[in-house]
Amino acid sequence: MTFPASSSSLPASPFAVDHLKIVPRRFYGRWLSAALILLVFAFIINAFVHGQIEWKIVAQFMTAKVIMHGLLNTILMTIYAMTIGILLGVIFAVMVMSPNPMLRAIAGFYIWFFRGTPLLLQMLLWFNLALVFPMMGIPGVFEARTVDLITPFIASLLGLGIGQGAYTAEVVRGGILSVDNGQTEAAKAIGMTRLTALRRIILPQSMRVIIPPIGNEVISMVKLTSVASVIQFSEILHNAQTIYFANARVIELLIVATVWYLAVVTVFSIGQHFLEKAFARNQRSTNRPRVARVNAAVVAAVAIPPAPDGVKS
Amino acid sequence: MSAAPMVVAHDVHKYYGAYHALKGISMEVAAGEVMCIVGPSGSGKSTFLRCINQLERTDSGAIWLGGELCGYRRKGDELRELSDSDIARQRLSSGMVFQRFNLFGHMTALQNIMEGPVVVQKRKRAEVRDEAEALLQRVGLAGKAGAYPGELSGGQQQRVAIARALAMRPKLMLFDEPTSALDPELVGEVLSVMKDLAVSGMTMIVVTHELGFAREVSNRVVFMDQGQVLECGTPAEVLTHPQHARTREFIAAILS
Repeated sequence: MTFPASSSSLPASPFAVDHLKIVPRRFYGRWLSAALILLVFAFIINAFVHGQIEWKIVAQFMTAKVIMHGLLNTILMTIYAMTIGILLGVIFAVMVMSPNPMLRAIAGFYIWFFRGTPLLLQMLLWFNLALVFPMMGIPGVFEARTVDLITPFIASLLGLGIGQGAYTAEVVRGGILSVDNGQTEAAKAIGMTRLTALRRIILPQSMRVIIPPIGNEVISMVKLTSVASVIQFSEILHNAQTIYFANARVIELLIVATVWYLAVVTVFSIGQHFLEKAFARNQRSTNRPRVARVNAAVVAAVAIPPAPDGVKS
Repeated sequence: MSAAPMVVAHDVHKYYGAYHALKGISMEVAAGEVMCIVGPSGSGKSTFLRCINQLERTDSGAIWLGGELCGYRRKGDELRELSDSDIARQRLSSGMVFQRFNLFGHMTALQNIMEGPVVVQKRKRAEVRDEAEALLQRVGLAGKAGAYPGELSGGQQQRVAIARALAMRPKLMLFDEPTSALDPELVGEVLSVMKDLAVSGMTMIVVTHELGFAREVSNRVVFMDQGQVLECGTPAEVLTHPQHARTREFIAAILS
């Protein structure tokens, strides 16, 4: 019995379809919806162009010195508060997972308190600390009036950073739990203590799970800084308000703030994209992390990169 | 064989809640000896191995390793629990190889091997690197120094894991079903590395289902069932002429 060497020598079959022409699907619905959306957009844009908005004023204040100053403060506050938040988050995540019941209780209380109260309230509490403690410091070494120490900047930093730490702690905890327990056992088997294993083995491998939600929180933080306008911290929204209290161009200045928030968030989003790619590249492991008891949203946010060609698992 | 045994287990008990996992295990392993522990799953053989390395705590009884009591320090009539760092130090005398390899996923093969000596033992990086490369060569993976675990086959990963354990210069090697997670065609390469290690005089305790390996390489075979040692003797005694019906059943089931 012989087999035909290639399909070309196959006898004509009623099941063969290769000689027929393939017609791609036509997406009439997409074209229609796109047209509709464009129409709606055109209508909205037209409304704004002819609405009671002085676009010249928007342009004029876009790069005003006070606005630029506010923009800088917004960006700096985001960076400072996130730095504090991530540091506290890692420390408290490690504490909450410690075998020491005292450390667990302290960390548990911290997360419970700062996740359980509104950010605005926390900021007001920090800002008004002078009502409770008129003086602060170490007696005999250094003392100062609390009103001088707790400036709007410091109160905002404490409120945003410490509050953020409580959320980041949960993200870091999820990341630590996502690393297979076998990694900890292998680290112990080569004589590592719990903390060395965490630092050298577990935390580096949990980064892939931790980075995407942290990126998300950086973006939240950009916008959360606006809450600090309430306690007179001169970030961008506060400065825009200061201007419109004087010139009554409310919408124009709110548009200025909107544009700048979108610009900053866009830049951070691009940064996040590259950071995630970099971490996905460094983690070429198929030591599939066991995803146990991890926040489902956290897991969903992490796309596991496809294994490179030729990888055996 | 030298006078003082490398490992002494005396009446070791282990409970998981109400479940009695180890019901009084006693055994001695001499320096240079290769002991295989066989038995059905759930018989407690892996648990016992993990107790030797203190990945599990025993509930009563004692394990002595190289003349040192594991997990406690004796002071007069008291046994004082050791700190985490003391336990970590005790673990240095034994190397462990896991069923699922557990290579550090974010490190290359070479980095996996160097991690312990450099970070834990604080040895010089250059010296450790030479030794790690020699170890990779010894397990037949000289060309794979820069490969990440995800780029290696199961058999290759397990050989790197053996090299990682050896880099700590342990007195004793513990193998916890080292070939159970491997494709059948990759089992041989791992067993041959273990055989070389046995020939070189390493003290080894191997939990395995590879009866051929047990017969050929080990000095003694222990058969465990339901948390107890049922038989202990030379491979011929336990595997060829088992005394217990349970042992005969088990061997027949594996060989069929």
